[in-house]
Amino acid sequence: MRGLRYALWGLVGFVVIGMGAFATLSFIRSQAPDQSALYEGVDTVGGPFTLVRSDTGETVSETDFADKPMAIFFGFTYCPDVCPTTLFELATYLERLGPLADNIHPIMVTVDPERDTPEFLEQYVAAFSDDIIGLTGSREAIDEAIANYRVYARRVELDDGDYTMDHTASIFLMNTENQLVGTIAYQESPETALPKLERLARLGS
Amino acid sequence: MTRTFLTKAVVTASTAFALTVLPGATAAMCSGEHAPYSEAVATHGADTIAVGELHLFNRRALETPPNARNAGGFLSIYNYSSEPDRLISASSPIAERVELHTMTMENDVMRMRELEDGIELPANAQVDLEPGGLHVMFINLSQPFVEGEEVPVTLTFANGDEQEIVLPVRARTMEMPHGEGHESGDDHGSHH
Ligand SMILES: [Cu+2]
Repeated sequence: MRGLRYALWGLVGFVVIGMGAFATLSFIRSQAPDQSALYEGVDTVGGPFTLVRSDTGETVSETDFADKPMAIFFGFTYCPDVCPTTLFELATYLERLGPLADNIHPIMVTVDPERDTPEFLEQYVAAFSDDIIGLTGSREAIDEAIANYRVYARRVELDDGDYTMDHTASIFLMNTENQLVGTIAYQESPETALPKLERLARLGS
Repeated sequence: MTRTFLTKAVVTASTAFALTVLPGATAAMCSGEHAPYSEAVATHGADTIAVGELHLFNRRALETPPNARNAGGFLSIYNYSSEPDRLISASSPIAERVELHTMTMENDVMRMRELEDGIELPANAQVDLEPGGLHVMFINLSQPFVEGEEVPVTLTFANGDEQEIVLPVRARTMEMPHGEGHESGDDHGSHH
């Protein structure tokens, strides 16, 4: 019997590891009642990256942000709706957190580095917040970050040579170990999103 | 920035206003058999535009960053006809191309696709174009969407009707939670 139980838990672990970040967190969240609680770090989501800061042009890695928790999401500036909404909401939450927001690194990583040059990304992100950091880089560097954060991103052709990007929309909340401790979904209620960010900020103080 | 498209927008807005005062003038705006314009206004608000038996309302767009290349436009359409119709295309002087798109969110992945056949408008039903779902997609903007301005767009329907409307640009806002030491929510909609 015990062997079977271990086998089953092993299976659960395998399934959790096999799921993306959102599914993993949904699975964990379904086990607990507080919808704005953070969780023990999940280290299957999050990992190394080497990218370019849009504001300074510096090449940075995850270790440059290890002093505070991160609220990190993946998007692109040619996005008509989801990404500007996420930027606006994150900027609004940071404003609402006041000084506590200084304990978080808020980051947008582009999934479309071909069009989101550092200058273009910076101008876009700065329209929402001076505090949100844009990260871009080579296609290879972005793909490494996408893989390490278990993000889905795929280029989809439109007419006339244009294209759009399918992509994971959630904000990932990462502790200072760069482990996932929560997510904020697209159009998630501020009733849960704001307390999550507040808790994340307190992890960093 | 240029505001050339504003002139037309203001004219349209004042026409709509005149129509609410002078229902007799509705024929100028509508074609074919349709519910009276005053009825549309009573149902969907003073900003309603009647195009035949299609009533267009809750028109809006959201402000964009200054360098935005693409943006969405939104409205609701009530088809009062007993026949289905279809929004088949759209165009705008301030975008290189305008397409009709759908957006879906599945397992946290956002997917946007062009609807090659347009947006179906079933008989006696309302269809909402709204953030996170169906939208009018403005591609390669020649100017950003600025709060208080109006985006002109011409909609073409399968029944042959064509109508230029404007989408008033609104600031982004969000309702913040009350209590727990947070102030009650008003909008922090300002870009800076
Ligand atoms: Cu679109």
